[in-house]
Amino acid sequence: MNAFMTWFYQMSSPPHFYRWAGRAIPWFMWPALILSAVAAYLGLVRSPEDYQMGHTVRIMYVHVPSAWLSMWCYTSMAVASAIGWIWRMKLAHAVAAAIAPAGAALTFLALVTGAIWGKPTWGTYWVWDARLTSELVLLFLFMGVVLLRNAFEDRAQGDRAAAILAIVGVVNVPIIHYSVNWWNTLHQSASVSVAGKSGIDSSMLMPLLLMVLGFTLYLVALILMRTRNEVLLRESRKRWVQELVQS
Amino acid sequence: MNELSYRRAFSLQLRKELTQLGRRYGSVLTPLLFFAVVVALFPLSTDPSPQRLATIASSAVWVAALLAAMLAQQTLFRGDFEDGSLQLMALSALPLWLQVIAKQMAHWLVSGLPLVLLSPLAAYSLNMAPQGYTTLMVSLLLGSLSLSSLGAIGAALTVSIRQGGLLFAVLVLPLMVPVLILGTQATELASKGDNAAGLLNMLVAICLLSVTLSPFATAAAIRVSLD
Repeated sequence: MNAFMTWFYQMSSPPHFYRWAGRAIPWFMWPALILSAVAAYLGLVRSPEDYQMGHTVRIMYVHVPSAWLSMWCYTSMAVASAIGWIWRMKLAHAVAAAIAPAGAALTFLALVTGAIWGKPTWGTYWVWDARLTSELVLLFLFMGVVLLRNAFEDRAQGDRAAAILAIVGVVNVPIIHYSVNWWNTLHQSASVSVAGKSGIDSSMLMPLLLMVLGFTLYLVALILMRTRNEVLLRESRKRWVQELVQS
Repeated sequence: MNELSYRRAFSLQLRKELTQLGRRYGSVLTPLLFFAVVVALFPLSTDPSPQRLATIASSAVWVAALLAAMLAQQTLFRGDFEDGSLQLMALSALPLWLQVIAKQMAHWLVSGLPLVLLSPLAAYSLNMAPQGYTTLMVSLLLGSLSLSSLGAIGAALTVSIRQGGLLFAVLVLPLMVPVLILGTQATELASKGDNAAGLLNMLVAICLLSVTLSPFATAAAIRVSLD
């Protein structure tokens, strides 16, 4: 058995995960804080104004990472749900349960920063553009998953129901991605491209990518912290939790 | 005793469902009446001049059809869940997804198809250009099939929840957004005399995807609800 599979099997044990996550969180949290601070300095102070949008372009350094990561959150929630469903791994369901509210918060942040950015550049806080609408739909999907999980009194049943919904809803994520090309309206099309030339200057691209990295690490730390709490809640009757509380 | 083939079991199940639905024709007529009432609300809530109505016709018909289809889907498994037949369906030697397809198909035949057939009448009352009628019907035909598949997943997920009706709507409506967008756009284009084939092709794709994949998700959701 290779090292990854061993790690994967060990992780399905809640006490092992709890200890591992406790040690791992600082390794994500500190780089996240440092990277975000550097990116904020570069983005807010050192990068130039946009020739059309002026200083308002700086909202991008929050808006773009939260919009990207909101979609990443949905995908990883669906992957965690699928793992939980296929291998009946309780910890994966706990991870999915931890991601959902964080994803909803990021989606909300993307919508709010988008609205604040929209007012000076488009002249309105909200338009029914395809991308904005898809992001709004993503928010509804996240909230639906949270609501469905809580609607069941039995936690295992709620987990499995939410898993089905997350897997069905993940079809929506590619639609968000391609919606720009399908119903291209007011929102500018993607400026950053992995292959090929990005339509954005390196003085702005650099802080943006650093910020995305910082956001991602912070999100991972946050999810680990939330999953630790979930694990404690779910295992509250188990002996290792009781011992942990008493010590 | 002779073995029950899948095809025979499917047709038996379909016939049973249709008979049951036929005896409770009130629940079949309600969505249609609901559709008519919602369509009538649109002219009442705006300036009823023919030009104005023509601009909202495709969206009004589509939203009304979407809501009516939802209303019809909501209780798809409720009765079977309450009297225990759902448990028997899940325990049966026949695959649950096959029975789900039969149930869904019977339901669509009595609630989805009549909506499609009624839609030109609603479109006429809202002054839509007659050249859009065919596309409206084709898009609604494809759309209602996808809606019934997606709705079945939601109905199966919420069947064991008390007051699951509102939750059902909140879960399922966001998933129906792409169908709604493509359907209204296609109808809009066709009523202006443009070619809507591209959008209809995408609707066909969504329809095939949801009709073929959703029975498995629905069957899984039923098993979760029965736990």
